[in-house]
Amino acid sequence: MSEPSTLADAARRNFLAKAGVATGAAVMAPGLFLSVSTASARPADQPVTSEKRWGILVDTTKCASDCNDCVTACENENGWGSSEPNSSAEQKAHWIRSVKIRNKSTGFTKTLPMMCQHCEHPPCVDVCPTGASFRRADGIVLVDKHICIGCRYCMMACPYKARSFVHEALHDQKPWAPRGKGTVESCTMCDHLVDKGEKPACVQACSSALTFGDLYDENSEISQAMKAKDSVEIRADLDLNTGVRYRGI
Amino acid sequence: MKLTMNYRETEGSSTGFWVLVGGLALLIALAGGATLFMEHEGHYVTGMNNQIVWGMPHVFAIFLIVAASGALNVASIGTVFGKPLYKPLGRLSGLLAVALLLGGLVVLVLDLGRPDRLIVAMTYYNFKSIFAWNIILYNGFIAITVVYLWMMMERRMNKYYRPAGFVAFVWRLILTTGTGSIFGFLVARQAYDAAILAPMFVIMSFAYGLAVFILVLMASYNWTQRPLGDAIVRRLKNLLGVFIAAVLYFVTVYHLTNLYATEHHGVERFILLDGGIYTKLFWIVQIGLGSLLPLAMLYHPTLGKSRPAIATAAALVIVGAFAQLYVILIGGQAYPLEIFPGYEVLSSGFFDGQIGTYSPSIWEITLGVGGVALALMIVTIAVRVLRFLPETLADAAVDPHAPVS
Repeated sequence: MSEPSTLADAARRNFLAKAGVATGAAVMAPGLFLSVSTASARPADQPVTSEKRWGILVDTTKCASDCNDCVTACENENGWGSSEPNSSAEQKAHWIRSVKIRNKSTGFTKTLPMMCQHCEHPPCVDVCPTGASFRRADGIVLVDKHICIGCRYCMMACPYKARSFVHEALHDQKPWAPRGKGTVESCTMCDHLVDKGEKPACVQACSSALTFGDLYDENSEISQAMKAKDSVEIRADLDLNTGVRYRGI
Repeated sequence: MKLTMNYRETEGSSTGFWVLVGGLALLIALAGGATLFMEHEGHYVTGMNNQIVWGMPHVFAIFLIVAASGALNVASIGTVFGKPLYKPLGRLSGLLAVALLLGGLVVLVLDLGRPDRLIVAMTYYNFKSIFAWNIILYNGFIAITVVYLWMMMERRMNKYYRPAGFVAFVWRLILTTGTGSIFGFLVARQAYDAAILAPMFVIMSFAYGLAVFILVLMASYNWTQRPLGDAIVRRLKNLLGVFIAAVLYFVTVYHLTNLYATEHHGVERFILLDGGIYTKLFWIVQIGLGSLLPLAMLYHPTLGKSRPAIATAAALVIVGAFAQLYVILIGGQAYPLEIFPGYEVLSSGFFDGQIGTYSPSIWEITLGVGGVALALMIVTIAVRVLRFLPETLADAAVDPHAPVS
């Protein structure tokens, strides 16, 4: 091999070695300084059991067309709604919303609340690459804010548009409802209240149309109500076995 | 007669080379700045919202990822299918595949809500998620292609390159199946939830990847004043024509299937008839400019022999590819979810039943362009420091049966 070529090879190896070290450092550095934490699916003070399955029955025959009480109660309880001054209307987070629908052939009109349906087989949990989207043993579907990478695949997968992405930094959050820029969130069925033996805020605000309880307990108010009169799942064709059921549509 | 092929690094000292490197570096730096701004402020500065959650960065990222797997086809045709004409192109094909994939992945990661948690994506896996599988498929593709390249380029390892090429070929088919399945597996949305999306993405990758390969090949041989014969150019352009026709076939079957099922008439009407920008992009850019026009140019008796016309056709395929991905991604999300079949939405606190609005921000476009620039920068530097490009691709050098001129 001739001398200039050897020199060129040495220079090239030197360049490649330095480039390799620099690239390696750039790749490794964020990992070294990042603390990876795992969040537990169970609240610290009380084990979650699969012997219960929490659900909500919505009696839409009792929903007034201009009523927004459940939505307001959720906003107040969980601190969303007025906390994103920079985000557009399409960008703001929604955990629950009021929807007015009309039957295309009969003209029959209904107003109802839409939120996370807490499916037994949630598409959001299926698609989440890191497992941040998860279902508690008692059926409540949540997002682990510590391992959500903000990919939004769960939002693509949810048939109910129940999930929202936080588009900006938030301040003055409720301690029991942590929210974070760049992560996805949705109705938690007020797990912080449920774990204390209370009802979700929406149910507390509207006990006439909303019934909360254990779907597995035959004697619970919700099971009795569902046994007495028919109720349906929204998008029952998807066979997701939702924890939120509707009457009157 | 066995032909020996000499590979050599590019000169990389001309003004043109430094202008190219400088221009690409500038685009990459701008993308870095755009990313910092978006991540610092939050995604409210972008065009995305809670109705259309994947925007322009995803169009760029998926284009680059799909094109990456397609760019490897040229090497596969040489190695797996044993076509001698394609063998000298194998190294560039593998390099381009790795570079495009890296460019796409960088865009995808930097558009995450929490890109700082990349390590989480690498350490927590939900194996039911096709996204999680894709993380493994993408990293595996890079590793396998680098090994394949090494076996092609290191004389002592040459004897192993055929099995490596076979593994890379199978892996790339699985990878693009995975990319298509990101949409194919979405049960909730009218435009997705179709098994045909996976093979359609595979055939799209053939066309996109080859179009990029043809442009990079022509540019690198033109700018380094190395001979590039008609034998290779004509073979590649004919193949591109076949791939464009194949994509058209899959697009036709996808829409015909949807048109047959009444439940999909709404979304079909939206994309094909009254979807505004999406309808225009579909018919004018994807079908007209991106498919029919290049097809006609490539097979035209005189235009099909003209280098500028072939390059233009390849560029049009890429323009059509962006339109196609924009329609699939953004159009597919803009059409509202059918939450209440049989009902229409009169009012909603969260835009139910309404067509989603999206206008890409300058930050998202800058990030996407940066991903393309990064891919091209990797190729530019790699061909400068390692022996990827044959000294000549003149007809006599690549084809033992070429007529002596």
